[in-house]
Amino acid sequence: MSVPQWLRHRPWTAFWVRRAARLALSLGIVLTASFAMIRLVPGDPVRAALGVDAAPALVAARRHQLGLDQPFPTQFRHYLDGLLQGDLGTSLVTGAPVAELVRTRFPATLEIALLAFLLTLAVALPGGLLAAVHTRDGRRPHAELAFTALTAGLAGVPDFVAASGLTALLAVALPLLPVAGTAGAGSFVLPVIALALAPTAVLVRIVRVEALKVLSEDYMRTARSKRLPPARLYLRHAAPNMATASLTVAGSLLPAMIAGTVLVEKVFAWPGIGSAMAQSVVAQDYPVVQATVLITGSTVLLAGLLVDMLLALLDPRSAIREM
Amino acid sequence: MAWVAATMLASLILLAVAGPLVWGTAADRPDLSAVLQGPSAAHPFGTDNLGRDLLARVLAGTRSSLLLALAATLLGATAGVLLGSSTAVVGPRARRGLAALINLLLAFPALLVALFLAVVFGAGADGALLALAVASVPGFARLAQTLAAGVAGTDHLAAARVLGLRRNRLLRRHVLPNIAEPLVLSTTTAAGTALVALSGLSFLGLGVQPPAFDWGQLLNQGLDRIYAQPLPALAPALAILYAALTFQLLGEVLAKGAARRGRPARPAGRPAARSGPADDELVLQVEDLTVELPTPDGVIRPVRGVDLSLRAGEIVGLVGESGSGKSLTALAVADLLPEHARVSRRTLHLLGADLAAMTPKDRHRHLATALAMVFQSPASALNPSLRVGTQLTEAVRAHRGARRAEAVEQATATLHRVALPPAVLRSRPHQLSGGQRQRVMIASGLMVRPALIIADEPTTALDVTVQRQITELLADIRRDTCAAVLFISHDIALVAGLCERVLVMYAGTVVESLPADRLATATRHPYTRALVESVPDLTGDRSRPLRTVPGASPDPLAPAPGCPFEPRCAHRQHRCAAEVPPLTGLDAGHRVACWHPLPPSAVPS
Repeated sequence: MSVPQWLRHRPWTAFWVRRAARLALSLGIVLTASFAMIRLVPGDPVRAALGVDAAPALVAARRHQLGLDQPFPTQFRHYLDGLLQGDLGTSLVTGAPVAELVRTRFPATLEIALLAFLLTLAVALPGGLLAAVHTRDGRRPHAELAFTALTAGLAGVPDFVAASGLTALLAVALPLLPVAGTAGAGSFVLPVIALALAPTAVLVRIVRVEALKVLSEDYMRTARSKRLPPARLYLRHAAPNMATASLTVAGSLLPAMIAGTVLVEKVFAWPGIGSAMAQSVVAQDYPVVQATVLITGSTVLLAGLLVDMLLALLDPRSAIREM
Repeated sequence: MAWVAATMLASLILLAVAGPLVWGTAADRPDLSAVLQGPSAAHPFGTDNLGRDLLARVLAGTRSSLLLALAATLLGATAGVLLGSSTAVVGPRARRGLAALINLLLAFPALLVALFLAVVFGAGADGALLALAVASVPGFARLAQTLAAGVAGTDHLAAARVLGLRRNRLLRRHVLPNIAEPLVLSTTTAAGTALVALSGLSFLGLGVQPPAFDWGQLLNQGLDRIYAQPLPALAPALAILYAALTFQLLGEVLAKGAARRGRPARPAGRPAARSGPADDELVLQVEDLTVELPTPDGVIRPVRGVDLSLRAGEIVGLVGESGSGKSLTALAVADLLPEHARVSRRTLHLLGADLAAMTPKDRHRHLATALAMVFQSPASALNPSLRVGTQLTEAVRAHRGARRAEAVEQATATLHRVALPPAVLRSRPHQLSGGQRQRVMIASGLMVRPALIIADEPTTALDVTVQRQITELLADIRRDTCAAVLFISHDIALVAGLCERVLVMYAGTVVESLPADRLATATRHPYTRALVESVPDLTGDRSRPLRTVPGASPDPLAPAPGCPFEPRCAHRQHRCAAEVPPLTGLDAGHRVACWHPLPPSAVPS
């Protein structure tokens, strides 16, 4: 995208304009896709949902109720109008308003996604720095090999496989934690770990590489020449300089983590948006599928925006560099 | 690691080929008398709701799980690579448009896109395969775009374009072959991701539909009864995990192999040793200092038997080409060499204390307060994310136990000493000019009131007027504080003007040590003389080209037996190639390592 002349000398404004334009465009894609989905599915979604032997009058009535008998532009306008008023349609299966379902289920998804993201940061940032300190300059080659093998293995564990395995191990074989549901703090442990496992392994490797790069910088040699205590050396001198790169990577892991809630919530029957999507997909309850796709897609985009804003505040150069 | 990956891959392929043949019938044979059984001798993993053996189903499911994943990956990779690499051969406008499109699509997680498309295409193996292939296109496109951008800038593509080759030929003959290796590597990893994602879709009920089956579907069915029997869920989960890890490991092994290619090898060198007199009043006394560094091609010895001593208030220059070992000498004295470097010395005394005999903790404290380092590039030697005040005060606070207020007061005074205003305390390094940063570096060193300042090329990164200010500052500081200064530089003219005594290093050894005022007329080593003659001056004939020292430094991996300067020396004789000349005293304060020192004479002009 080319930058207009008047923005060239205002890098900050230019950054936000570009960022907002990109967000608007992506949100447009999500809106259009979620609208188009119900019209693109093969066959008649209403008949599919109501059953092959449903009375034609009932099908026609339901089609009319959904507005599917009107021309596409009119339908799209109605769809957007409804969205603005917080109306996401009604479920074909239960007849309940979809907006209500989203309102009650969204917080549960946000909770585990956010907790998993924080857990990833809390483990990977110090872990990667620690690993770098102990393996720099080719020290402890065996520990380095073990670290690489372990993180490579964990990075390859799919979230829903981890979820199944953790359930079998820590909830069934050793009944320490609940198998499913949201009963108390204990029920958060397995879903959050399942979501955070692979991203943590990916991030901790990258943080280690970043930390190794920072540890070999000239200013670290300066700090070492002052013989500062290790805590100060690593936390005050090294950590701030690896924050930007590490958080950029962490931010890029976030969308996949949000998408991962769909499968993980299904494993734990977690009452969130993801399990609603999983159920409605199987039941061919298209208004619910539509709404959950819209909500999950928008969440991914907004999370991306938040990460970019955070990075821009933390390190103004990262925003300008994008030019 | 490579053979583990190979074995795992081979086992998967074997299972995919043989699985349905061997266990296919057992996997599909219903047995209504043994419905939903737990593990038993006949059914090690139990049976499903139609009484079919789950072990047989997991093993027979290998083929469909693998084939679907591979098909989706190949389809997605082909489309993505064509889209991405075409950015290298289209015009700039189309390239920007394509890049923006790829960027936009990448904002969405592939799994979510695949899920959406699987709903649109309809539940079933074909729909899931197609959905996943489409969802993986942006990722491949971005990768191919990045790689192709590297190729697009190369000369041979420009040449091919000048020759008027057509676009698809450019793509086929010049772009794709050059990005093939990293692409194959990522496709391996992507196959694992695709397998996981397809299993995920089947797990949700969107992928493979009964009566066909794959691991994802088996996991879905097993999960319903995980509370009663964990094994029916665990077995397909482990199968997915095994396949995912296989591809992951394969990717790592391939990446390692790609990184390792292309590196020559050569063996290592030979020691040299010398000695000199001892003195108790020296600030720094180094004898026979040797540094060894292991490199991928063998051990090199960049510093060999260096002797070095400084008295209080003395300013000594250490001169040599880059790679002569002067900076490593300084780092060895300061105990700042990388962990894997090996240092040996007969004597290393700082302020009369033997550093080798101290405990690491004492050595640390002694070095922290007696020695200050000023590094070459102030832009990178100051921490960009900390304020100047923090970087100035931390050393005294850590080692002298100074309180914050005292430390700040001292920092303000020290900044004044290096002619910087107190406001600098609150700035960050990037807000300062190069000269200001180097003043901050020097101030930072002065904070501990060191007895020795080692300045390693402190002016090389600065422009000439600032250079002069910094050298004058160092000279003033030496006069006022009586600190000894070791000034390291490749610039012999600068050193001649600043220092009292000069050591000339060549290929890791000191070849000449002399008073600075003798540099102009009385150098005896051919190398020193060549260095001095290469300095341009205002009186020289400007129509003649600048003199340089012909030839290059010896290969550190293969040191010759004789004088290291012998191959480049205009005055070499037989003995020079055979034996290393020792550093011998000619008179008080002048030593030279040469079998045939030049006669002292006026510098020819």
